Amino acid sequence: MIRIDNLSKNYGHIQAVKSISFSLADKEIVGFLGANGAGKSTTLKMMTGYLSPTAGNVFVNGNNIIEHSLEIQKQIGYLPELNPLYAEMKVYEYLKFHAEIRGIVGHNFKKALERVVVDCAMQGIVHRTIGHCSKGYKQRIGLAAAMIHDPKILILDEPVSGLDPNQIVEIRQLIKKLGKEKLVLMSSHILQEIQATVNRIIIIHNGEIVADGTSEELISDSKGMTQLHLEIQDADENSIQEMKAMIPGITVISFHKMNASVQVTLEYNNTFDPRKNVFDYAVSNGWTLMEMSASKRNLEDIFRHLTQDGDPAHA
Amino acid sequence: MHNILTIYKKELRSFFTSPMAYVFLVVFALVNGYFFTNTFFLYNQSDMRSLFGIVPLVYLFFIPAVSMGLISREKSLGTLEIITTLPIRERDIVIGKYLAGLSLILVALFTTSIHYITLYNVGTTIDHGAVFTGYLGLALLGGVYTAVGVFSSSLTENQVIAFIVGIAIVLVFFLMDKLLMFVPASLAGIVQYMSTEFHLSNIARGVIDTRNLVYFGSVIGFFLFMTTRVLEARKWS
Repeated sequence: MIRIDNLSKNYGHIQAVKSISFSLADKEIVGFLGANGAGKSTTLKMMTGYLSPTAGNVFVNGNNIIEHSLEIQKQIGYLPELNPLYAEMKVYEYLKFHAEIRGIVGHNFKKALERVVVDCAMQGIVHRTIGHCSKGYKQRIGLAAAMIHDPKILILDEPVSGLDPNQIVEIRQLIKKLGKEKLVLMSSHILQEIQATVNRIIIIHNGEIVADGTSEELISDSKGMTQLHLEIQDADENSIQEMKAMIPGITVISFHKMNASVQVTLEYNNTFDPRKNVFDYAVSNGWTLMEMSASKRNLEDIFRHLTQDGDPAHA
Repeated sequence: MHNILTIYKKELRSFFTSPMAYVFLVVFALVNGYFFTNTFFLYNQSDMRSLFGIVPLVYLFFIPAVSMGLISREKSLGTLEIITTLPIRERDIVIGKYLAGLSLILVALFTTSIHYITLYNVGTTIDHGAVFTGYLGLALLGGVYTAVGVFSSSLTENQVIAFIVGIAIVLVFFLMDKLLMFVPASLAGIVQYMSTEFHLSNIARGVIDTRNLVYFGSVIGFFLFMTTRVLEARKWS
């Protein structure tokens, strides 16, 4: 449905997006995750025709954004970052304005209005002035305007930033519902937000894509490591080092000597599980294993690990 | 075409939902009325020519004020990102906004017709043809100044800057004719042809020459084209 092909954007000397490529399929909710300034908004702006790529292209159902931007803009609904609105307009007028540009008038507009009002739960505010609405409602107005033509593709730039926890849950549920029949691409710099809403996560860092997959895939990625916490009686540092030499693939992260026991943290690659070897080794050495617990690196660790270094350029 | 109309309606609505348009119309009518009637009784003639000399001066400040927010406001609000990512050409956005600004100017110009109606009822020997061409000239001049205003509005997201740049450009057109004596003789012809005053005076005399119409049309077209280019340039920032 959407194919991003070696897309790059330079702002002067700063490379905001560096030759990224990915594809998005129909009826998929995809999270575009990255720290502030990672290049998320720049990428979305290129996908919607607000900015032109320095190199590369965006293909939507066979059309490309450089030559057929109007065709692509007809097919997508876009909610820009910070959700800019005309405060002096009435909600109804604003939605009508969007509908008219999309060629939806008369009876069709009435039907479209009813649909978005129900979908975005905006009953009761349709005749209000936008400037008088709460932030949560404003977000829905922005979403409703982006959905007025029932697009197959929705691109939402930070759709829940600045909302209170209840509003976040509501918008999240709405996006999940929309994802059943549309392709939704939403960006965020907050991992929990993305994790709670989407099926697939694309992590961008310093203008490059550093991860792409479901959260399970990202966790079980070969880069993912598991930590094994042990508390052992009758062992000392030397014998732990001997164990490490015996069992390949493990590293000792920490070692603490307690009164009668030692606490050891090992780390190993997810591709193999050394717990049985550790247990057998302990038995053969006559150690008493007081505790053994494995903890997988969670998505947050992975996100932090992937997006740690470097300085932010443009958003 | 329907996109131009949609943008036009949106702009016109935003003029009239704020007090700005009403304040503008009232002040425009008062200022013109004051300066017109001030000298009117001294001349003691049922003649509207003095009005046609006053309105261009009032335009100098009023038109940049009306048009300063047309695009700069969208930039500062961030809504430019919304309208430029809708399936609508930049050219249509510019034309729609321009026509909305021009409509307000024409309505303002229409308020001065009260003087014509007064003269028509109480005056003697009015040259209706001259009044008509005088108004035509003012409408065309309003068209040029509004195009300049839309252009300067596209350059910045600050309305005050847009206003000042607008006045500066409009002044250049206005003063060209008056500064002719400082211009080398070889350039005088070109400078004179570039000035709005030169073409306006032809029309105000009652002569509708295609050369003058072409001049006004091309200046308007030039500034609207440049505005479109400025809007498109955001893509390559």
